[in-house]
Amino acid sequence: MSKKQKQIIALAGVFALTFGIVPKVNAMHVMEGYLPGGFCIAWGALCLPFLAAGFLSIKKTLNEHRNLITLLAMSGAFVFVISSLKIPSVTGSCSHMTGTGLGAILFGPSAVSILGLIVLLFQAILLAHGGLTTIGANTFSMAIAGPFVSYGIYVLCKKMNINKKAGVFLAAALGDLFTYCVTACQMALAHNADTTFGAALGKFLVVFAPTQVPLAIIEGILTVIIVMGLETYAKPELRAIGYIKEAK
Amino acid sequence: MKKTVIAAIIAVLLLAFVPLFALKDAEFGGSDDAGSQVVEEVDSSYEPWAAPILEKILGGELPGEVESLLFCVQTGIGVGIIAFVMGRFVERKKWMKE
Repeated sequence: MSKKQKQIIALAGVFALTFGIVPKVNAMHVMEGYLPGGFCIAWGALCLPFLAAGFLSIKKTLNEHRNLITLLAMSGAFVFVISSLKIPSVTGSCSHMTGTGLGAILFGPSAVSILGLIVLLFQAILLAHGGLTTIGANTFSMAIAGPFVSYGIYVLCKKMNINKKAGVFLAAALGDLFTYCVTACQMALAHNADTTFGAALGKFLVVFAPTQVPLAIIEGILTVIIVMGLETYAKPELRAIGYIKEAK
Repeated sequence: MKKTVIAAIIAVLLLAFVPLFALKDAEFGGSDDAGSQVVEEVDSSYEPWAAPILEKILGGELPGEVESLLFCVQTGIGVGIIAFVMGRFVERKKWMKE
């Protein structure tokens, strides 16, 4: 197991370092005022069912196992920490991670939408990062699309009997990457007046994706570390949540 | 187990800081500005119609130092919660029989 992990990490490191060092700038959340009004409302409306499902799912989890609130707080705190760290990337600009993979793996994707919304509100109001008018679009990309991909990959890896930690790594990293692809789509949908949708999407993807690749790998590794820590020290909680199966 | 974690942490640090030294003349500029540049390229007539709420109240941009303070506050809140919960778990394990 640990040998496999080392291989994964080494591979990830090599991949990131050789990815190509191209100075270029990038972006993360959709900036305040950068989506037309109609898009803001549409993305916001699209988020509502997920947020409602998330609220209910959190309520249900906490009703069944009151003590899981510690683990939930920790998943939220993980998003807080991870998304506040701006990290220099190989493309010569900084970006930050999403941190939503951990919550998605532990609590399911819809619960994370609530956690993500809290972080996005904090950043939009206090840090002028993202924005209140674009909160719907940002919630959709970071707190809904990303976690759902993470969860999907995690479940898929579990089904295919891939090493659990490799699954966690892939889930967190690809979920992070997908968040930024969705953001690129959102921007391209709203801004393609001078070119076509496809050309705009390409441009936004070039800006968003390469910067994010090494960060996605970092996020994957960090998530695996946290999960390893939890597996050692928080077995009862993980069992209650269904992460560790009873019979083993 | 311990070795894996340490190796993983080193890998994270390398990934985070190698670009900083490898690209000495890169700007590592703010991320949000870049997105707006692309918007200008593909949709030149678009004007942002809202400004961040704090900038509106302040009537200008948030000073860089204050911004880093607020980012630190965010990190601090998160790390505090994680450390507190993890600390509880670690201590609790000593009292548990398994």
